[in-house]
Amino acid sequence: MSKRVLQIFKFIIPIIFVSVCVVGVSDVSAAHPAEAVEATSQHAWWFWPLILLILSFVLGVFAVLAGVGGGVLYVPIVSGFLPFHLDFVRGAGLIVALAGALAAGPGLLKKGMADLRLAIPMALIASTCAIVGAMIGLALPTNIVQTLLGATILGIVVIMIKAKKSEYPEVPKPDALSQSLRIMGVYHEPTLNKDVSWQIHRTPIGLGLFVVIGVMAGMFGLGAGWANVPVLNLLLGAPIKISVATSKFLLSITDTSAAWIYLNNGAVLPLMVVPSVVGIMLGSFIGVKVLAVTKPAIIRILVIVVLGIAGLKALLKGLGIG
Amino acid sequence: MASQATEEQILYANILNKGMLFGLIGLIVTFIIYGAGILEPKIPLEQVQNYWVMPVSDYLAKSGIHAGWAWLGNLGYGDMLNFLPIAFLSLLTIVCYIAILPGLMRKKDTAYVVLVIVEVVVLVVAASGLLGSGGH
Repeated sequence: MSKRVLQIFKFIIPIIFVSVCVVGVSDVSAAHPAEAVEATSQHAWWFWPLILLILSFVLGVFAVLAGVGGGVLYVPIVSGFLPFHLDFVRGAGLIVALAGALAAGPGLLKKGMADLRLAIPMALIASTCAIVGAMIGLALPTNIVQTLLGATILGIVVIMIKAKKSEYPEVPKPDALSQSLRIMGVYHEPTLNKDVSWQIHRTPIGLGLFVVIGVMAGMFGLGAGWANVPVLNLLLGAPIKISVATSKFLLSITDTSAAWIYLNNGAVLPLMVVPSVVGIMLGSFIGVKVLAVTKPAIIRILVIVVLGIAGLKALLKGLGIG
Repeated sequence: MASQATEEQILYANILNKGMLFGLIGLIVTFIIYGAGILEPKIPLEQVQNYWVMPVSDYLAKSGIHAGWAWLGNLGYGDMLNFLPIAFLSLLTIVCYIAILPGLMRKKDTAYVVLVIVEVVVLVVAASGLLGSGGH
């Protein structure tokens, strides 16, 4: 994570604590226009937002340590283990992934790690399809979306276990489309202390896969880093650092279009979104610090296990078994 | 370290950086206003937990909340005010895309000019609510 992002988090942390304290101790009682509904919970209004804040903080730490996006952990775990309806969890999940991507974007772009020329064509396909995915997701019955989400999460677990990375994939000859779009670049690799030039191939196939990635991102409210990175790195042949950074930046565009669909359909509740965004960002900040003194491999295994359980729970819940 | 970022990337990054910081601070400030009860919310805070367990269509029907951009006319309510920074963050990408357009046009980078314009149209359509609003 860039120094810029770290500086921003340092600035925001005091505000976060103040907000939690102020919000936590306040008591609001007034006449309200909304029609009262039958109470289903005995908790104080701040109880679940506080749980969300704490859980999102933990997810933020673990996401950094495991090298995954916060959104992919947030949606299955929050929808699986907390009482929120999947519609609102997906809406919040998209805003969480969007905020994380917007925060990381500037540093990655300035360093030349996230590549705008690589991102723009992929983002157009993914963001357009994310709209379609979001509309499908909001139109389908909850149990079907929940089942598909469970199956997708279990698929992501398999990808996390099996997917390999290629530091500097060999691209003998760029394809015609990437050449005409001039998708290529040079970045400085500090570990080698040299500039690394890169180019890509199989661009049309990659664009085709971003159709699927976009639909899934919109439908489930997941960040799509788990799919972006293998496509950019293993299929298109971009170096792993360029792939990871460009993937993170891509989410800021893909999730924007899907987030608007959820926003316009009323599936975004500030009382869920704000604690989640704050928690996951604070967790990411701490996660970067913890990363230096921990063994990410063990954490990664733990995250895979938790994600597997959450995926299975979502699948069973969708099928009416769990 | 030699930066390989293009002129457009730097411009995009600068706008994103300032906008993101502004949006996040706005998110926290409006949430404090909401949570502290400085502005009365449209849905009482203690009742929100009764709505978030139901599908969004039921929530809209029972709460009387109008989806789409209706929140813009209700900024005097604490909860509706929170949509201002959320919408701002969701509009940032459109602003960044529009900002890099003149540079691309100057360079006669026709393919990317078209891609950027189409992306802006896609995002504006998504944001407009033209594709439907109101849940299931």
